[in-house]
Amino acid sequence: MSHHIVAVKNLRHVYPDGTTALRDVSFRIHHGESVAIIGANGAGKSTLLLHLNGYLVPTSGEIQIGDFPLTKGTLPQIRRTVGMVFQEPDDQLFMPTVYDDVAFGPLNLGLTGDDLDRCVIEALERVGARHLVEKAPYHLSGGEKRRVAIATVLSMSPDILVLDEPTNGLDPYSRRQLIALLKEFRHTRIFTSHDLDMVLDLCERTIVLKDGEVRADGPTLEIFQDEELLEECRLEKPLSLQGCPVCGGRR
Amino acid sequence: MHMADALLSPAVGGTMWAASAGTIAYCSAKVKRDLDDRKVPLMGVLGAFLFAAQMINFSIPGTGSSGHLGGGLLLAILLGPHAAFLTIASVLLVQALFFADGGLLALGCNIFNMGFFPAFVVYPLVYRNLMGTRPSRSRETWVTVFCAMIGLQLGPLAVVLETVASGIAELPFETFLLLMLPIHLAIGLVEGVVTSAIVSFVRKARPELLEPAAAASFATWSLRRVLVGFLLLAVATGGVVSAFASKDPDGLEWAIARITGGSELQPRGPLHQTLARLQGKVVLFPDYDFPKSASKTEPAAPAKVEHSLPVHSGTSLAGMVGSLVVLLLVVLSGLILKKRNLRKVYGIH
Amino acid sequence: MASIDAALLDFQRLDRLAAGSSALHRLDPRAKVLVVLVFLVSVISFGRYQLSALLPFFVFPAVLIGCADLPAGYLARKVALVCPFALVVGIFNPLVDTEIMVHLGPVAISGGWLSCASILVRALLTVSAALILVATTGFPAICRALEQLGMPKVFAVQLLFLYRYLFVLAEEGGRAARARELRSFGNKGQGMASYSSLIGSLLLKTWQRAERIHMAMLARGFTGAFQVRQHYRFGRPEFLYLCSWSALFVLLRLFNPAELFGAFLTGLFS
Ligand SMILES: Nc1ncnc2c1ncn2[C@@H]1O[C@H](COP(=O)(O)OP(=O)(O)OP(=O)(O)O)[C@@H](O)[C@H]1O
Ligand SMILES: [Mg+2]
Repeated sequence: MSHHIVAVKNLRHVYPDGTTALRDVSFRIHHGESVAIIGANGAGKSTLLLHLNGYLVPTSGEIQIGDFPLTKGTLPQIRRTVGMVFQEPDDQLFMPTVYDDVAFGPLNLGLTGDDLDRCVIEALERVGARHLVEKAPYHLSGGEKRRVAIATVLSMSPDILVLDEPTNGLDPYSRRQLIALLKEFRHTRIFTSHDLDMVLDLCERTIVLKDGEVRADGPTLEIFQDEELLEECRLEKPLSLQGCPVCGGRR
Repeated sequence: MHMADALLSPAVGGTMWAASAGTIAYCSAKVKRDLDDRKVPLMGVLGAFLFAAQMINFSIPGTGSSGHLGGGLLLAILLGPHAAFLTIASVLLVQALFFADGGLLALGCNIFNMGFFPAFVVYPLVYRNLMGTRPSRSRETWVTVFCAMIGLQLGPLAVVLETVASGIAELPFETFLLLMLPIHLAIGLVEGVVTSAIVSFVRKARPELLEPAAAASFATWSLRRVLVGFLLLAVATGGVVSAFASKDPDGLEWAIARITGGSELQPRGPLHQTLARLQGKVVLFPDYDFPKSASKTEPAAPAKVEHSLPVHSGTSLAGMVGSLVVLLLVVLSGLILKKRNLRKVYGIH
Repeated sequence: MASIDAALLDFQRLDRLAAGSSALHRLDPRAKVLVVLVFLVSVISFGRYQLSALLPFFVFPAVLIGCADLPAGYLARKVALVCPFALVVGIFNPLVDTEIMVHLGPVAISGGWLSCASILVRALLTVSAALILVATTGFPAICRALEQLGMPKVFAVQLLFLYRYLFVLAEEGGRAARARELRSFGNKGQGMASYSSLIGSLLLKTWQRAERIHMAMLARGFTGAFQVRQHYRFGRPEFLYLCSWSALFVLLRLFNPAELFGAFLTGLFS
């Protein structure tokens, strides 16, 4: 099924102020894969993700989502296919109530009445936030906001889920819940994170960005064993792979 | 500079509501036609920004008092007139509902005074003309300061006109004007200095933000048409509303009393200052609106009263007793309803 | 910065009251908005020296507070905030307008005191009506009502966005102001220069936020038209609510029950 392929070829992006955020990025992600994009602050992760649903336009290079190259004409179709959860949930939840917020996407897709209700409730149930439906977003806690933000995207039934630092700012319990939630999602998942334990838990494959270039791309476990690479990219081994501080043993 | 419901007559309030509602409708149509959907969240968030900015104070050198940004001109510079007007109007609505700044009927006046002048008079007619295409830094500064000062003269002028036309506070026009304008000259100066500093800060960091509004051409003929349209609208609604109002005998008597009653001015002596200071202490958010609150406290000073008023000393005792009884009943009804509610909630019978 | 925090807390408290579940809360917001408008117009249409005729109007806030089970003390405190303002406006009347208008036994009351009290009562009435409207309806619902009553959609959306980000930005601004305060000593560092750059950077951050929100909207299929669901219905209860209050206000405006009542009572005892 070529339908859910994400292919990026020689992507380069220069911001208007002259910062070259991405130099030359190429990779290909297949249907159903779960891929982490990691790297130091400013490596270009968020910039890369913003290209995947066409918010940023490449300075040069190509992006293909499913069967379509990303162009102005295919943009609406691609935005339906790619569900994007942004780094800051406050930016994603802009409507007066949780219901309105989750319904925003489906309404734009033309759903109304009972279909709309069902779609909204189902999405909220999947993230365990059904009880928040009539609340105002500014009355939610950080973890609740994050879950509702994910529901706003799930309600559009995307084929590809893209998340920018999903576990940022969550308490250990909410983080666990979120990881379990993401494991359930059957389609393609792409995320950036500084939470390397989560990466290890969720992703078979990892792409390491450094200064706007792909420094490494391969199985997650292999990459985390390469201490030289990790140090060069200002990363660290996940705690679960490091020796136990008490007994010195390995997991 | 906020007008208050308590000082407003229905005719003036209605007229200004119509004028503001008309301007909002016009601006909404214009913004919608612009087709720049980036503006949708931008205007909203900038409104929230203005609200937040007005909560933060700075100290004014040499006076020991503090002030905050008004922001009308700043928004016009950033967003262009139509979007700026809508943004200011939305901020004023929230302030009226949550902080009782002004009030709901005075909202029309307040939106007009604080939104229309900076957005549709000062910005397009003065600011854009004086600024030219490639202004030097010093030019940018003095033009901004000058424009802020004009805006803060027109607003208070309108407040004076509206108050005098309402006739509840009876200061004579000229004296009221002499009170309001000099104070706002100083406030305008401060506003201008701060606005120009913020604009130059933005220009240094992200010059492209200041371009879209400036690039949007603002044809003068359309402005003239708008202004004429509003004048007609205001006159028409004013006529209708006051025709209604004058059918009402109380209103008529009141108008007669106003015309025949002379009035004199109470100087803003130490008493007034004490009261203003007291208000600053009593209010829960003392810093929230200082310079404005200092200026919106215009004393009402009616003088000789005509005997045409329907008050007779014979009925006054009855009135007093009746009032007490009514108040008692009112409080009681509230309490009873509340009790019943509690019972329902807790299932007590 | 305590003032900003206090203002925010207060704001949130009022906002939370709207989440109540009384019958009043469930009414279509249009009915509530219209009733408040009729109320306000009735109140401010009274003559300057009217006092006793205004008092029966307190029945409106009292009944609403009772029905909706609102915290009366809290609302009274909020209403009391505007009293100093109303008093400053009205306090000069008694000094200037000394014509005696009412005799209460040995006590003579001048027109100035009457009009001053009248201004105060008007302020209490109008402010409490507005606060109760917010506390029983909530700001977003008021916006929706106004939109259904003819307010342009663009402006309704503007109000919703403003309200949504008010808390976010006020907190952000509060943090920035606190940081400035902690690093300045006395009034030094609190002046216009630091204020301008503080506000300037708040402005830039706000702008970036707007860009990110726009991004999030586009990602969910936004094409320029804003869809908001409608789930209120203007039915019989609304009609009844609107008509009965309006009728009462008109009656109270035309007849003065306080005076009638009083005449009856004093007549009884004399
Ligand atoms: N709007 C912008 N204008 C100019 N430069 C930008 C802009 N956004 C990001 N950059 C720059 O592009 C580079 C990559 O930024 P990006 O946000 O993609 O990093 P990131 O990998 O997501 O970092 P983090 O881990 O901190 O989220 C950085 O050097 C940043 O300064
Ligand atoms: Mg990032």
